[in-house]
Amino acid sequence: MEKRVTFKGIWLPLLLVLPQMLVTAVFFFYPAGQAIWQSLFIPDPFGLSMRYVGLGNFEYLLSNPYYRASFVTTAVFSILVTVLSMGVALYLAVLADRLIKGSGVYRTLLIWPYAVAPAVAGVLWLFMFNTRVGVVTWYLGVLGYDWNHVLNGEEAMGLVVVASAWGRISYNFLFFLAGLQAIPRSVIEAAAIDGARFWTRFRTIVWPLLSPTTFFLLVVNIVYAFFETFGVIHTITSGGPQQATTILVYKVYADGFVGQDLGSSAAQSVILLLIVGALTVLQFKYIERRVHY
Amino acid sequence: MMMRKLMVSVAAIVTAAPVMAQTEVEFWHAFTGRLGELVAEQVETFNASQSDYVVNATHKGNYSETLNAGIAAFRAGEQPDILMVFEVGTATMMAAEGAIKPVFEVMADAGAEFDADAFIGSVKGYYTTNDGDMLSLPFNSSTPVLWVNRDALSGAGIDPDVDLTTWEQVGDVLEALKVSGHECPLVTAWQSWVHLENLSAYHNVPFASQANGFGGLDTELMLNGDVQTKHIQTMGDWAKDGKFIYTGRRNEGGANFRGGECALFTESSAGYAGIKAEAAFDFDVRPLPYWSGVSGAPQNTIIGGASLWVMAGQPAVEYEGVAAFLNFLSSPEIQAKWHQDTGYLPITQAAADLTREQGFYEENPGTDIAVEQMTANAPTENSKGIRLGNFDQIRTIIDEELEAVWAGDKDAQAALDSAKQRGDELLRRFEQANR
Repeated sequence: MEKRVTFKGIWLPLLLVLPQMLVTAVFFFYPAGQAIWQSLFIPDPFGLSMRYVGLGNFEYLLSNPYYRASFVTTAVFSILVTVLSMGVALYLAVLADRLIKGSGVYRTLLIWPYAVAPAVAGVLWLFMFNTRVGVVTWYLGVLGYDWNHVLNGEEAMGLVVVASAWGRISYNFLFFLAGLQAIPRSVIEAAAIDGARFWTRFRTIVWPLLSPTTFFLLVVNIVYAFFETFGVIHTITSGGPQQATTILVYKVYADGFVGQDLGSSAAQSVILLLIVGALTVLQFKYIERRVHY
Repeated sequence: MMMRKLMVSVAAIVTAAPVMAQTEVEFWHAFTGRLGELVAEQVETFNASQSDYVVNATHKGNYSETLNAGIAAFRAGEQPDILMVFEVGTATMMAAEGAIKPVFEVMADAGAEFDADAFIGSVKGYYTTNDGDMLSLPFNSSTPVLWVNRDALSGAGIDPDVDLTTWEQVGDVLEALKVSGHECPLVTAWQSWVHLENLSAYHNVPFASQANGFGGLDTELMLNGDVQTKHIQTMGDWAKDGKFIYTGRRNEGGANFRGGECALFTESSAGYAGIKAEAAFDFDVRPLPYWSGVSGAPQNTIIGGASLWVMAGQPAVEYEGVAAFLNFLSSPEIQAKWHQDTGYLPITQAAADLTREQGFYEENPGTDIAVEQMTANAPTENSKGIRLGNFDQIRTIIDEELEAVWAGDKDAQAALDSAKQRGDELLRRFEQANR
């Protein structure tokens, strides 16, 4: 059934793949190689000297209980961001998919937040929840709840999760909506005629047929939560209070770009690289089996 | 061929035209807003005052970002002549021997007249070697003081002229404020700098061994001593009782104070410009309080702020321009104006004297308190300054541990012991990187 296009010879396909390979090499393999190399040294910030320490940087990091605690923080953060942004996006997509009138307007509005850069999103949410002038904080105060994410770690975590997930909902919404619209109406109508209600149709037909999209978004969102949420954390909490929101990628930044400890920072990037690699392999190995293409 | 020659000469004319015979000096700084304007004004005045050199001032982000930009530029061989580095980065710059050219050397090479002793002792001490050689030029230096909202005190039925010399007296006032229903009796900025680093210097107890790091890289934190523990425990108790309100790691509390919500505020003397501009209440400045029972207190407080480092690897003629510019910056007139505009300390005795002669202190009572507090006593080993590697990260650790105290998760002793242990690890790493 599948349509296959085969090239004659090897040169044309190579040529076509070359630009992508070059981009990957320059922007991924080269920096990743540099990070691995640097993680074996303790360099001084100015690049005047480098002391070879072998795996010393890794030993130093992994023996540090605060660094190990950061793994748990990262896991909690990533899971919350992924579940929240995908859950809300799916809900909105299902609603938008059933709209008959004005669906274009809803869709456009729902996609807007994606255009907001993470750091800006962080500042926006910080303003609403500012302990002193925040609108939400004020209303919560009226309701008798004393919001203080500056000292309360759980509130801080909640705030960075919501701020990180917010912009992401648009992106996920877009994919879910496209996925929903690709499901043939006839299948759903047939089920409806057979007497299946909305929830049954969703569970038995829509959800399985949507699984490739869901799987793709799962991978992409976890990578997002791991790497791209730095701006939000930086603007809202700077990793605090205590270490409640110090996720791994924020520590890479803090140690490397603020603390000038390039050896440790490089070692942390390598660890991150390994984690995300392992996660992706796991996802493809176990979850993809349950995906229906 | 013809074409190429033409292009080369055109290019030469185009690039040479705006420069003429003047030597350009690149200066990277970290100031925006009002401070940025004042720096730009200083640079313009210098450029207009002579025709040999042109200083190009560029804003490179906040303190950390500016230091980073300088480091990255050095690695790429594109470093500026002058880089502004905050006091926390001092040890990093000092350890980078091949990357910097000490100020005393720049001055000597250029044959410029330069008297390091003209600078106020506690300002100079922070940036000189143990032999008294000045490595970087102090630029903006401030020291913590106590800001008082007089209206808030009167409102609570407290005499606004109440004595706030000691923390014991402050404690009584906080209690009175609390009883009267005040919601923000005390707030602070830069908690580690004010309540640990300066607290230690002010009570003449060490913050770190090896003379606070001046004696060598094999230094260890000593911030968990009796004085510090007592102070942090008291602050923790105040936080629990709602007498001390924690607002964040930087100077977030400034907004609360300037808005009139808080009665007392421990913040840098450089908070003056902002408070004067925004406060719609009667305020005054008091010296930083101390604990009365500690012998040796009050010693002197230490500075925060930034200094100007000269980067290595530039042509000699540019260093002459650098020397001229740095001398210009430390001249009494420029310094006195800077001090009066910003609330930063006058870095030379001459500038302080000039400010007094101009009658500034009489018109703006309290603005000389910071100067007096810094210069009241000759600095000791414990109050000369602090020179620690990885200090920015150590401050983050201190922030984290203090937050644990304010939240009631840890007592002061446990938090400070943990801060010492975690900070010492970073000090060992810095020692390793710079051996």
